[in-house]
Amino acid sequence: MIVEHVNGKDKGNVMLYALSTCQWCAKTKVLLGELGVSFDYVFVDLLESQEQDETMDAIERVNPKGSFPTLVINGTRCIVGFREQEIREAFGG
Amino acid sequence: MTTLDVSETEINEACAKLKRDAVAGGYVLNSDTGFVERLVSGILTNERRYGYPACPCRLASGKKEDDLDICCPCDYRDPDLDEYGACYCALYVTRAVHEGQQALTSIPERRPGRALRRAKLQTQPTATHPLAPLPYPVWRCKVCGYLCARDQPPGICPVCKATKERFERFM
Ligand code: SF4
Repeated sequence: MIVEHVNGKDKGNVMLYALSTCQWCAKTKVLLGELGVSFDYVFVDLLESQEQDETMDAIERVNPKGSFPTLVINGTRCIVGFREQEIREAFGG
Repeated sequence: MTTLDVSETEINEACAKLKRDAVAGGYVLNSDTGFVERLVSGILTNERRYGYPACPCRLASGKKEDDLDICCPCDYRDPDLDEYGACYCALYVTRAVHEGQQALTSIPERRPGRALRRAKLQTQPTATHPLAPLPYPVWRCKVCGYLCARDQPPGICPVCKATKERFERFM
């Protein structure tokens, strides 16, 4: 799976599931960069079909709608959509 | 899958057309033109990738018949404009949002999730029409609600320009 990593402050395991064409996803990615958080991201629309299905299963476990962006912190906390305040608060920004 | 580059000219032309159609249909586009251009670029990318203009903020399946509801403009645009002041991607907004009287935020997804969509496909009821017999069947555009009574739905919705396959039998 093509998971990209962005270096920054360690705030735990931060995973952003995004679509390459989605602008709320783009804003979320920019915000994480601005907050200087270390995170991984994956563009689910660019994955091959089997990987894509498996990734969707993983997303749906934390966000049953399977919508984007889905931000998962330490495998448990999940923020769905570009919720600027909530994301800032989650990283103490 | 690779990212298929869309040229600036294509984006500009598509944006101009989108704007014309929006004005003609009484819709308003997001005032952030860069945001709109990037969304339009996403729609054009999806059109190349999948063969249909899937919503840039949703994962397309690659099967048009399963994604008719998310071909832009999607079936969820108008209810989302009514409830939240913007479509899911924030390509379309209400006048209140456009004029800054209402804040623009990321909104919840109205489209049912994968499992629900699959279940619905299997249990699709054969429509019964309590008012039948009517002299003509009535067709409803799922995008804008336009109704017409004729043997077949029109090729293109005269109000919102959605294509024929977006119509459902209403009566
Ligand atoms: S109307 Fe908005 S939410 Fe619906 S497909 Fe188009 S861009 Fe996406």
